[in-house]
Amino acid sequence: MLDKSKLDSLQKSALEIRREIVTMVHRANSGHVGGSLGATELVVALYYHIMKHRPNDPKWEDRDRFILSKGHCTPVIYAALADCGYFPKEDLKTFRRPGSHLQGHPAQHKTPGVDAPTGTLGLGISTGVGMALGAKLKKQKHYYYILCGDGEIQEGQVWEAAMFANKYKLDNIIGFVDRNYLQTDGNSEDVMPLDPLRPKWESFGWRVYEIDGNDLNQIIDTVEKAKTEKGKPVMIIAKTVKGKGVSFMENVASWHGTPPGKEDFDKAIKELSHGT
Amino acid sequence: MELKHTRQGYVDALLEMAKEKPNLVVLDSDVAKATKTVDFEAAYPDRFFNCGVQEQNMLSAAAGLALEGFLPFATTFGVFATCRAGDQMRNSIAYPKLNVKIAATHCGITTGGDGASHQSVEDIAIARSFPNMTVLVPGDYEESKQATKAAANYHGPVYLRFGRDVYPVVKEIHGEFEIGKAKLLRKGTDITIITTGIMVSEGMAAADTLEEEGYSVRLLHFPTIKPLDSKAIIAAARETNGIVTAEEHSIIGGLGEAVAGVTAESHPCRVIKVGVMDTFGESGQKDELMDKYGLRAKNILEAARKILEQNATVVKSIDS
Repeated sequence: MLDKSKLDSLQKSALEIRREIVTMVHRANSGHVGGSLGATELVVALYYHIMKHRPNDPKWEDRDRFILSKGHCTPVIYAALADCGYFPKEDLKTFRRPGSHLQGHPAQHKTPGVDAPTGTLGLGISTGVGMALGAKLKKQKHYYYILCGDGEIQEGQVWEAAMFANKYKLDNIIGFVDRNYLQTDGNSEDVMPLDPLRPKWESFGWRVYEIDGNDLNQIIDTVEKAKTEKGKPVMIIAKTVKGKGVSFMENVASWHGTPPGKEDFDKAIKELSHGT
Repeated sequence: MELKHTRQGYVDALLEMAKEKPNLVVLDSDVAKATKTVDFEAAYPDRFFNCGVQEQNMLSAAAGLALEGFLPFATTFGVFATCRAGDQMRNSIAYPKLNVKIAATHCGITTGGDGASHQSVEDIAIARSFPNMTVLVPGDYEESKQATKAAANYHGPVYLRFGRDVYPVVKEIHGEFEIGKAKLLRKGTDITIITTGIMVSEGMAAADTLEEEGYSVRLLHFPTIKPLDSKAIIAAARETNGIVTAEEHSIIGGLGEAVAGVTAESHPCRVIKVGVMDTFGESGQKDELMDKYGLRAKNILEAARKILEQNATVVKSIDS
């Protein structure tokens, strides 16, 4: 459990990041707002509390790595990276514009602080298992935090990676499934059912936890437990609310990839000004 | 004529380099016996990772290993590397320009008995279309070793193409190997034959016949398809009467179109492509398939004669 002042500080950061997400996507008139808002607590817990990392030394060998396997949710990562100091906040204005290092999907070779190239779904977790194997070979102790979308895990490649992580006992992986039940075309259980999800991962040899992914205390406590796991990768099924923090975006699939216009943007910023 | 496996050249090169390159690791996808990486596994079991039947995960995981400073050689059949795992090759490896070597065996129609599903005749076209990708197509055992070593010493993504069968050892191509550089096997002025991969021996046989008939033949061998040695192509276009290309690959998107692309822009000349026509293959023995699908010296000769005859007609009309 976090003490109250730490919790207040993280919640303040989450609110600020949500404002940046909505602003970036509105300004670019392009991008993924719903999934970014929903994953904000996960990203805040990781970058502001859990992960060892050095914004002034993005390639520090012993850093914990973060992989945005649901690569379309760059707004939440870019907002966090800028706030942490990996690059100037001013750069956020260039999101999805020609010449920018802030591409629509994560480009590890362009953006300071982005640890792996992702974009088409399934690549991130798969690259992550290769990286985690590499760290094992080098006898390094850092962790790989991999954030998957729930729609994303419909990809076969995800389950290939899941088998691989089990085979090589990659207990340096702590994954998350951002379980918001919504994907581009609607409810995941209509589009391509995923439930029961927990036994799927368990049967692939992973230790599984289920949490409220918008609850900072639960995220942090569960990651602490996950770190004690030996010989098994961990998957945390994090139930989140897509569009979290903006009332009219919450649990609405159409906010997956639709940028807010002026009126919705103003309304959203107003809601995000006084907190949740 | 000595015949050897090109894929054995690949693995022998890995074994020769393993000591001096401690970051070199090998991945395979349940075809280690076929690709010959079992030899590497036997010698370096801790540096060999069998990914099972998962080519997509293997390529992305190889990208992950490269991100952690390793030099991964991801090994599978060409048809799986480029078609099954094309997205991973593009987005996990080529786009971020990671130091991954994709070693593809069982390429081309001489894969043989497995038939069309396993005969990759479009892999060069796919691989060379990705930005940042270097494409190497060695012609025999020794050149396969050279190409593998050159790939290891180059920092960036490389697609390496090998066959399944045994192929003639061609001493003439064993000179210095430099990525992006053609090997000039014969200087000549009447016509140019450009080969890649295992077609080099057929190209040499065609050149022999033409020389016996009194023609001066320029023979160029291209173990690198990308970056393409356009200087050698432009010189051939300028200094000879036309070019015949020969590849064990579709005539769409391979060596022939790459060469024709250069000549069309820089020095237009006649280019005739010998290769697999726009068709899938079928089961059969290497030699049967090379005969049936037009991958022989006689097919190169036919193409060359078209150019030489056309030239003779032109010369005649100028003379009169």
